[in-house]
Amino acid sequence: MRTFYLAIKYLALLLWSSFIVFPFLWALSTSFKDANAITSGATYIPWLQFKPSSQGWASLFSDGSTGINIVDPYINSAIVTISASVISIALGTLAAYGLSRFEFRAGFVKNSDITFFFISQRIMPPIVLAIPFFLMLKTLGLLDTVYGLILVYVALLLPIAVWVMIDFFGNIPRELDELAMIDGCRPIGAFFRVILPNSVPGLVVAGMFCLIFGWNDFFFAFTLTFTKVQLLPVAIVSLNSSVTPWWSLSAFALISVAPLVLIAFLVENFLSKGSLAGAIR
Amino acid sequence: MYRDKYFFLLPGLVVLIAIIIFPLLFTIRVSFSSWDVFQPGLDYIGGRNFARVFEDTRFWESLLRLSVLSVSSVLLQYVIGFALALAVWREIRFRRFFRVLFLVPMMTTPVVMSVIWRTIFHESLGPANDILQAIGLGTVPWLSTGTAAFISVLIVEVWQWTPFMFLLLLAGLVSLPREPYLAAAIDGAGPIRTFLQVTFPLMAPITIGAIIIRLIEASKIMETVYVMTSGGPGTATETSSYYIYIRGLRDFQIGYSAALSLTYLVIMIVSLTIIAKVLARMLLPREG
Repeated sequence: MRTFYLAIKYLALLLWSSFIVFPFLWALSTSFKDANAITSGATYIPWLQFKPSSQGWASLFSDGSTGINIVDPYINSAIVTISASVISIALGTLAAYGLSRFEFRAGFVKNSDITFFFISQRIMPPIVLAIPFFLMLKTLGLLDTVYGLILVYVALLLPIAVWVMIDFFGNIPRELDELAMIDGCRPIGAFFRVILPNSVPGLVVAGMFCLIFGWNDFFFAFTLTFTKVQLLPVAIVSLNSSVTPWWSLSAFALISVAPLVLIAFLVENFLSKGSLAGAIR
Repeated sequence: MYRDKYFFLLPGLVVLIAIIIFPLLFTIRVSFSSWDVFQPGLDYIGGRNFARVFEDTRFWESLLRLSVLSVSSVLLQYVIGFALALAVWREIRFRRFFRVLFLVPMMTTPVVMSVIWRTIFHESLGPANDILQAIGLGTVPWLSTGTAAFISVLIVEVWQWTPFMFLLLLAGLVSLPREPYLAAAIDGAGPIRTFLQVTFPLMAPITIGAIIIRLIEASKIMETVYVMTSGGPGTATETSSYYIYIRGLRDFQIGYSAALSLTYLVIMIVSLTIIAKVLARMLLPREG
């Protein structure tokens, strides 16, 4: 009976694993095909079922003569995602610390209301903000620039940073702050000298989530930039709408999702040590 | 001395208010104007846009479609995610391998993977039909009939976001206390009874949180739809966000789309609040 249970369990895990892996393997195989291999129907194994060709990968690095430019979108995506994440985490950590340690009051507004205001921004559907953002950036002259996108992404990522860090600070004992303040630190000094160095796990978790949601956003990049600045997801989708060779598309897609897949290892590491439990709720 | 506290809170608060509140107020103002591509500008036409929303069946249909899509995809994600989390929670072989693998899809860009999925669902050249034929099930017109297109979007959503559910639930499982399990073992409870009487009740708060977080994200679905089906065939996969996008940024009916998005936002907030309350009443033990 026990072995039967186990067999079922492993079978299920294996089935789900193949479902997860399948799109990646399919894209990998497709990226080595040429027109002949694509139009003759679905094939999977190179050499056996089709003759591999490297033109898909070559087209990505051929100085734009084939009309595909991967380098600029890559750099833009990295600049926007990293800057917005850093700003959001800096502002979010400060705000989260303030909310977890001090009492704020303005009329009927209390700490919990301010916290809720921060976090509830995730409910806002992007489409609601798209048009005003468009007009706002136009007025500021920031349409189609990385600065405009960074501004918008901060609004997108700040709630995530606050959400993760409030929970994290909630689990750091207050005695730690008090000790520092007895030693003569003012709250700001206590925060930078004692609390911040002890917050690295929380900062890493917040950073991971900011990177995931920043790197993977498509909608704002799509509505707020046109020709001068292009982010990765927009570059790929614009390839998709023209008549695109599947091989270039697949190679492009694989390269663009590769860096974040590494984050999965980091997340698992935190999960196994149990330090995600406090950060996610 | 405690002036310091404003140093912490204000920068973040001011930035967020500046970036979010002004656009929101602006949207409210615009929704009372007839701003469109022919007459850009802020005139005042009263509630006419909202009256039009009320009669716009295409909007209400898209909302119904969105609710079916998000509720069914989140339920599937919850059941599968919970099962997977339970499976790799305790010691098993290759545990870390499975855990990493199960997290991978949520790290990938939804639109980029949708581009790949579109080739998978290609009706004559894609592997989905190829595999179905190989098992002898015949082919499915994946993206050209309404129901099938809806199911393909559902499949992609489940693939993409089950990992997030898995992550939240596994993080919860890892942090559960050990004593109740000892007690259950002493009582001689089997695995199923242990799950029903110990694990599930202990996980109830996390369950509610995870479902609500996923419903919030799912209620915004439009990118997958945009890439895979463009809302089609006809309007078979058109979600509310996507419909508002068409009205606003494609037809440039700015005033009308502002009214649509406010209606959508209010409906979203109200229904998510109700769902959260109902879930809490169903799953949490009554207090007092």
